[in-house]
Amino acid sequence: MRLAVLETEKCIGCQSCMFACSRIHGEAGLSASCIGVRSIGGMERGFTVIVCKSCEDPPCAKVCPTQALTPRKGGGIHFDADKCIGCGYCRDACIIGAVFWDDEINKPMICVHCGYCADFCPHGVLGLQKREAKDAE
Amino acid sequence: MLNDDPLANILYIDLSKRTFKIEKRHDLFEKYMGGAGVATAILHEECPEDSDPLGPDNPIIFAVGPLTALFPLASKTVAMFKSPLTGNLGESHCGGRSAVAIRMAGYGAIVIKGSSDMPVYLSIDNNQVYFRDASSLWGMGNFATGRIIRENETGAGLRAIMRIGRAGENLVSYACVTSETYRHFGRLGLGAVFGSKKLKALVVSGKSSLPVSDIKTYKKIYEEVYKTAVDSPVMKKYHDLGTAENILPLNDFGGLPTRNLTEARFEGAEGISGETFAQHYLGRRLACSHCPIGCIHIAALREPYEDEPYFYKTSMISYDYEPLYSLGSMLGISNATDFLKIMDKVEAWGADAMSLGVILAWFTEAQQKGLIPEGETMGVRLEWGCVEEYIKAAGYIVSQPNDFYKALAKGVEHAASIYGGKEFALAFGGNEMPGYHTGPAAHIGALIGARHSHLDNGGYGVDQKTLINQEMKPQELVDTLITEESWRQILSSLVVCFFARGLFTPELVTSLLAVAGFDLSTDDLQRIGRDIYNEKYRFKIREGFDLDNLRIPERIFETPSPISWMNERYIKDALEYAQKTIVKEITTPDL
Repeated sequence: MRLAVLETEKCIGCQSCMFACSRIHGEAGLSASCIGVRSIGGMERGFTVIVCKSCEDPPCAKVCPTQALTPRKGGGIHFDADKCIGCGYCRDACIIGAVFWDDEINKPMICVHCGYCADFCPHGVLGLQKREAKDAE
Repeated sequence: MLNDDPLANILYIDLSKRTFKIEKRHDLFEKYMGGAGVATAILHEECPEDSDPLGPDNPIIFAVGPLTALFPLASKTVAMFKSPLTGNLGESHCGGRSAVAIRMAGYGAIVIKGSSDMPVYLSIDNNQVYFRDASSLWGMGNFATGRIIRENETGAGLRAIMRIGRAGENLVSYACVTSETYRHFGRLGLGAVFGSKKLKALVVSGKSSLPVSDIKTYKKIYEEVYKTAVDSPVMKKYHDLGTAENILPLNDFGGLPTRNLTEARFEGAEGISGETFAQHYLGRRLACSHCPIGCIHIAALREPYEDEPYFYKTSMISYDYEPLYSLGSMLGISNATDFLKIMDKVEAWGADAMSLGVILAWFTEAQQKGLIPEGETMGVRLEWGCVEEYIKAAGYIVSQPNDFYKALAKGVEHAASIYGGKEFALAFGGNEMPGYHTGPAAHIGALIGARHSHLDNGGYGVDQKTLINQEMKPQELVDTLITEESWRQILSSLVVCFFARGLFTPELVTSLLAVAGFDLSTDDLQRIGRDIYNEKYRFKIREGFDLDNLRIPERIFETPSPISWMNERYIKDALEYAQKTIVKEITTPDL
């Protein structure tokens, strides 16, 4: 199962998912969130919801010089913080912007597709779906 | 509070010297928690007696609370200042992303003093403040200003961009500050205070962590609060039709002020109802940051260009009950498209839609009664429902080309003091009336409320739920209103949205506060609430406020309200009792 954005147009921008993501990482606030919800150039045009899309051949892992990021069986990325040197290549390689950064330890924050955030989306914008489905937004 | 909570940080900015400093003020937050309580205390510290609301001494204070970014619905920022409209306590609340952004930037409050000699905007990024040249933004509207700052600053998705339009720049006494395009510090003229300081905008962002007393308890309580909020029937009306849902029930009740309150039922109410907007115009729904309700309703208005076929302008315009009353029924506008046209302009100029509508309504009646000399209006001839003329008049109020429009830009109280027509100048305590002619509780509530807002004590609810069924002595009514207003000081110190007031019971509040390290009982909350209320009144009385000298517009007695026994004697008795009660309370030394 992977986390997917099912219906962006129903996002009202409440950011409850971002707070949920931080919480599941043991933090109150937003610092540990691996989700980004922002307007598409102004509130009037709605929102973009940025989550790791669990690429089949993930660019973040391909550019990682230390194998700290490796594709996970069944989708997603495994992150080994001990191997990470904080070079930031992964962040640059992820053109959808889903590699978030922990400034305190200078390492990436990677979505583990746990789905906790989806429980806090009031309109079903986020959900877990099977790996095969590729037509999500 | 928890020792390492960044809430205790207050950011002080001096626009004259272009300096800033950060001070830890555990004392203030321990005592008042945050929001309205802390902001009132800072107002006492920072606003010198008798200072000019449009002078450099008047502070702009923004405050958030301990529950902000910790729990859902603690999503408001309280602004405190001396109001250029009333010359007294100025307090206004705004949602959008403002509260979460300030808290996540690492502050409990921001205080802005001094004034700049050139237009600037402030960019606050964690512990840095940048003073940016806003010369090229001066003269621009709310929408364009937001867009340009958005493109020039970092922090997308995590920031609030508070800005003024031309109404604020031109010191219209009821200019607002707009955040996230559609949310406002609407009332009492914060926009003019920004303008007087040549402060065009403020952008703030951050993405920090907050300490909690126990992470497991925190997660558990959070889940309960979240679930209650999204499932609760008391929140339903806010996410379905939004506050516009109130138009038809209030009209049926006979409490919808119409045509400058010459009537309290509007035959065109259907046309500006929440139902009409939802069916034909609703284009998008939005939420404030960390609020799953999403009460913000945005209409899509598609208009053809008359001079060029196949060209259309599509505007996204927000609507809510209060502007629908003030720029709708109050002006006899019954067509949703007409309402959206004027609302769009008012948003761009950045004026308080409520005050502006009431002033235009007074202007209409005063002109019809021959009180305004020909020539002063620059050709404007107002008739109920005539939206194009209203847009023209509003535009002149913003640009103030002559003494007449300058007077209108200072509020209806001021305009009527020059041109007459006080008996139908609908302001309470100098603030233009809200959209409720429901009965004595609404009007007494607005008269004695610390900021003369319907949200101070919710008097309109007392009319609809209680007084419609049973009479109440004026003294009892005043006690009810003061008790409610005192409790609301707790909610606005925690910056909980008043729409969620039904969910945030004293018991729930104490358990949420425990997570943030505040060990307070429900009795403590009642005491602190009353204390904050008293502190506000201390400021008001210091600045010359006198309940004995409040003007009561005769119009509210001429047009029958649903509470048929309401009369002038009743309201005067209530005010007399309120005066005694409040003065006694604030002059009694603490035991």
